[in-house]
Amino acid sequence: MATAIEFNNISKIYRLGLVGTGTLAHDLKRWWTINVQGKEDPYLTIGETNDRSTKGESEYVWALRDIDFKVEQGDVVGIIGKNGAGKSTLLKILSKVTAPTTGTIRAKGRIGSLLEVGTGFHPEMTGRENIYMNGAILGMTKAEITKKLDEIVDFSGCERYIDTPVKRYSSGMMVRLGFAVAAHLDPEILVVDEVLAVGDAEFQKKAIGKMQDVSRGEGRTVLFVSHNMAAVRNLCHTGIILQNGSVVFSGTADKAIENYLKSDNLKENITDNIKQSHPRLNIKNIKINGTSSSISTLNPTQGHLDIMIEGDAEKISNADATLIFRNNDGAALARFSFSDKRGLLNLDGHFCLSAKMRLPENMHAGRLKVDIAIHQPNVEFYLVARECCVLDIEGYIPTTGQLQPLSSGLLSLAEE
Amino acid sequence: MDKPNNQDWTTVIQPREGLLHVDFKELWRYRDLCMLFVRRNITTQFKQTILGPLWYLIQPTMTVIMYMVVFGGIAQISTDGLPQPLFYLSGICLWQYFNDCLTKTSSTFTANAGIFGKVYFPRMIVPISTVISNLLRFAIQLGLFLIVYAVYMIFGLQGYEHVHTNWYVMLLPLLVVMLAGLALGFGILFSSMTTKYRDMSLLLDYFVRLWMYATPVIYPLSTITNAKLRLVMSLNPLTGIVEAFKYGMLGAGEFSWWMLGYSFAFMVVLLGVGVVIFNRVQRTFMDTV
Repeated sequence: MATAIEFNNISKIYRLGLVGTGTLAHDLKRWWTINVQGKEDPYLTIGETNDRSTKGESEYVWALRDIDFKVEQGDVVGIIGKNGAGKSTLLKILSKVTAPTTGTIRAKGRIGSLLEVGTGFHPEMTGRENIYMNGAILGMTKAEITKKLDEIVDFSGCERYIDTPVKRYSSGMMVRLGFAVAAHLDPEILVVDEVLAVGDAEFQKKAIGKMQDVSRGEGRTVLFVSHNMAAVRNLCHTGIILQNGSVVFSGTADKAIENYLKSDNLKENITDNIKQSHPRLNIKNIKINGTSSSISTLNPTQGHLDIMIEGDAEKISNADATLIFRNNDGAALARFSFSDKRGLLNLDGHFCLSAKMRLPENMHAGRLKVDIAIHQPNVEFYLVARECCVLDIEGYIPTTGQLQPLSSGLLSLAEE
Repeated sequence: MDKPNNQDWTTVIQPREGLLHVDFKELWRYRDLCMLFVRRNITTQFKQTILGPLWYLIQPTMTVIMYMVVFGGIAQISTDGLPQPLFYLSGICLWQYFNDCLTKTSSTFTANAGIFGKVYFPRMIVPISTVISNLLRFAIQLGLFLIVYAVYMIFGLQGYEHVHTNWYVMLLPLLVVMLAGLALGFGILFSSMTTKYRDMSLLLDYFVRLWMYATPVIYPLSTITNAKLRLVMSLNPLTGIVEAFKYGMLGAGEFSWWMLGYSFAFMVVLLGVGVVIFNRVQRTFMDTV
């Protein structure tokens, strides 16, 4: 099969900290060494690997280092990795939003990128006007959009509101409209960042279905970044793991997911990570943060966390279901019990527990590991699932000031 | 390893491109986007206002009245014998267009960082669309000028006998293109210089205000008799343009092909330099903006 995209030693360096007089001095020195002395950029040699949690000596870090791989035509590649591994930077370079520091990317065909849905939407303009606007920003001509307008409106399911300014739309409708435009972009190469995480379940299904059509039926090449392992497994043939800016694994999607989870001793689904369970209890499904995948991303603005436990029980009375949130080192930070509000539970036959847990307002970027237990307090454990699920928090990252970043995942408590 | 056919690649992304590698073909391919931006700029400007585009007329009217009081009345600055409203309005129309285009395009990168960070399209589309959409405002203000002009002509108001419109008025489209080119050139240059260090953008406001006084907007060039001052004035590329417009439209002022030629050459060089620098900055500005 022919190669559709070729990455050759792609690297990207970023400077940390603030822009100020210090950077001016560096800029002058760089200019002097390159243009007057005719040497290489002095700051390119001192960059450090991109590891967010360690304190580095250098002000420069490599967000990407020597990325080197090929993508076959018609392949769907899932790019997975922890927060800050360089996934988004890679997509940005591929979308030409920013240029690489070194290396080249060669590609065949039009690259359509979807780093965000609804880019360029103007709140004062109607849905129809915004379809044109957004489509044109993504590289379609007016004639192309007119041809597909009905299809786009139909796909979005916002027909009734199409002549209303989008500022009157709900945020979900805005996402639908934005994705509908992007889905009809028809580029040979489609680059998708984790945009499917927004929108309701029905729409997510529709969006994933559309992407499957694109890749299978129409033979397009897709690069897909996601934390949702189920989506990656569904959609992708090939998987690439990025870690600290380098490719650490490349192979089939299944192998990549397995490898990625192995680094955290996790299996794909939360229920797979249950180590110990009582014979009278049979857990069928656990969803945290709306997914049964054991790794998911927590958006700090979402405000609450959805928890759902489904299964069959045989005469378990006075039980409680508890979640414990730990940081990366295993220290417990917070707990949540179903009994706090609704009292102890009596489980018999099929049950489905669900709750919405309120999240603190400020959360630091990092990971939380979740334990789930169903137990009769002080008597007996029915279910123990230690660290069965990981939540990557895309929170606030303190970059300035004297304090070292708090250990990852620790909740930052606001002053009253 | 087998070598892929190099001629097949349609997209090549690399750290640096040649200094003069400006993709005009791509710019043309995105012309629909440009026109959509123009429409957006125009239609969204007056949403939820009662007077709507009337604001385009209110503002110059107030300015003219103020100039008549301050510069014409108190300071007694000459208008070459022309009726004050016509004289000031002609200057304001041109200056306002230049001013709007320059201040708006000079913040291209910083104001659009949100869109630019998420999707690629030729960045030049944004300042070009700004310059085009400001034409509407210019046209409306020119219309106001023509109405005032017609009133003077029909009623033969005092001062109209000094107005001698001549064939040089046909140069107007060229003058507007030159103004647009200069504003665009300065704007994108400024915008490129302020992505990393914002110091310059603090200066711009002040600089533009001073510039108006160095351009014959509120006074005719003929009042400048000091030779040194005159030399400085003629180095300003706007001088020739404003004077040429006043000469053609009202018959007063100094018209010189030399000055106009200088302004044109200035514009061409400025645009060339601006486009090259803008093109260079657009590739990595997201990292520093």
